Amino acid sequence: MSSTINPDDDPVTTTRRRFLKGGTVALGGAVLGAGASAAETDNLPPNTPEWMKMPGEPMGSQPYGAPSPFEKGVVKNISKTLKQYISASGRTPLQELDGIITPNGLFYERHHGGVPSIDPAQHRLMLHGLVDRPLIFTMDDLRRFSSESRIHFLECSGNPSYSKPYGKTASDLVGLVSCAEWTGVSLKLVLQEAGLKPEAKWVIAEGADAAALTRSIPIEKCLEDAMLVYSQNGERLRPQQGYPLRLFLPGFEGNMSVKWLRRLHVTAEPVYSREETSKYTDLLPDGTAREFSFYMEAKSIITRPSGGQHLDAPGFHEISGIAWSGHGKIARVEVSVDDGKSWQEARLQDPVLTRALTRFRLPWRWDGKPAVIQSRAIDETGYVQPTLTELLAVRGENFFYHNNAIWPWRVAADGEVTNALA
Amino acid sequence: MRLRETCGIAFAILLCACASDAQAQSPYGIGRPATPAEIAGWNLDIGRDGGNLPPGRGSVADGRDVYAQQCASCHGEKGEGGLGDRLAGGQGTIGTAKPIRTVGSFWPYATTLFDYIRSAMPQNAPQSLSDDDVYAVSAYVLRLNGLVGENAILDAKSLAAIKMPNRDSFVGDARPDVKR
Repeated sequence: MSSTINPDDDPVTTTRRRFLKGGTVALGGAVLGAGASAAETDNLPPNTPEWMKMPGEPMGSQPYGAPSPFEKGVVKNISKTLKQYISASGRTPLQELDGIITPNGLFYERHHGGVPSIDPAQHRLMLHGLVDRPLIFTMDDLRRFSSESRIHFLECSGNPSYSKPYGKTASDLVGLVSCAEWTGVSLKLVLQEAGLKPEAKWVIAEGADAAALTRSIPIEKCLEDAMLVYSQNGERLRPQQGYPLRLFLPGFEGNMSVKWLRRLHVTAEPVYSREETSKYTDLLPDGTAREFSFYMEAKSIITRPSGGQHLDAPGFHEISGIAWSGHGKIARVEVSVDDGKSWQEARLQDPVLTRALTRFRLPWRWDGKPAVIQSRAIDETGYVQPTLTELLAVRGENFFYHNNAIWPWRVAADGEVTNALA
Repeated sequence: MRLRETCGIAFAILLCACASDAQAQSPYGIGRPATPAEIAGWNLDIGRDGGNLPPGRGSVADGRDVYAQQCASCHGEKGEGGLGDRLAGGQGTIGTAKPIRTVGSFWPYATTLFDYIRSAMPQNAPQSLSDDDVYAVSAYVLRLNGLVGENAILDAKSLAAIKMPNRDSFVGDARPDVKR
């Protein structure tokens, strides 16, 4: 950028320029561009920045806070070329986020019949089937039960597919994973309230959306760690996440954590709904398809530096990313900066929680030469995140779901970071 | 201290529940009984054996009319797909490099077709079709796949009796399938 801007530029222009730069920062490089313009130096040392020379926005200007306008590029990643948007998904911008908690406004979305607008006063949860006492609960009823809060990831089973074109950014690739603190009541407690009959083996959960999304859950999961959730990250669920009530099944594929939950039907066998037969089954090359494949296996991705970002100069760069496993805690994350020839153990940021995103970091000195960087997660069961080649050899390209492959990034000599498998 | 109190109360409640009639007493006494009529109104689940299929019937001929009005704009005149999923064809492709997943080629149970259409279709007005219309449209979609005759009329019994071509191709979850 040249230094031709007059410092006396009219304030509107100056503000717009700064705003555009803010947008670039939000969307852009791991390292910021050098070469600030004259106008931009007005607020730099030794000058006093203009925002110190007048009062800021008064209290109450935002009854519900919003991010800085300079972060306006950090939004959900929603394809502009979908056939339709009623049954569709929007991705978390993973490469823009720090830590392990996904802000509610950026939590990934997947719905199958649009987002219903539900009055909680008119919402009911019906619990029936193989129980001693079929019951109906209001939202107030559910809030009377002892509550609990837990931090867990949620991931869509199709994150990403096995076939090209592969995405450019971490969000394009695995943006259908997010993590939050969930508050609600243990499903076990609510099932005990109705009294399970000995023949109870499955619970069919149904959403109150236009898709009436229906999935069958094994009773073991319902009695292990399933929750009926009404709050996320401290506030009531957003409509996109199932307001006023959702099921939450830690470590299971996302669609089973049925949103807008209105009915739990305790049965002896699954219902074989459309979503668990024709959709969320995994097709193998021999024409058989795996059904009731619930768990999301161990996975990780480097989010910084990652596809679409740019390293401006050789030297120190921290490699950082997220790892998770539906089978428990992350035990170890290994990072390679030499195209998989050697691996180093990354540092795990506390807390390392069961079925939650875990942040990992590795200090790195980039020598300015082309490099391929990648991470692999190992969970507490000893399972090692596989390569895409290994997965394809067993599953083929039409498996579609549960792709937990290692995803390498290519760093070019000019600092551009791109998808090494694309 | 609060935890101990809570545990104590919970224990006392559980003791009461065990001591009296377990059928009548719930541990916390939260919620109210669901009546059979309320359950019948909400429970639309159809078993793969046809359990809970409602009375009613529908023919391929009637289904053709309902399909043309309610379904064809998204799924195509002959179930070839469009905005909505492809519904017909693809038999014999599932084990190939380019599988075409349709009702006829992939779905294991015809009962699921009834269940899904009744609960979720048409997308712009779910649960607006009569049970007779759902039987009829199910019959027509199965006809498009060559799985029932041109003169077929489906009801609870005949729908449940249909054996879908791909029924026996579903297997359990074999993961972890990549090990080191």
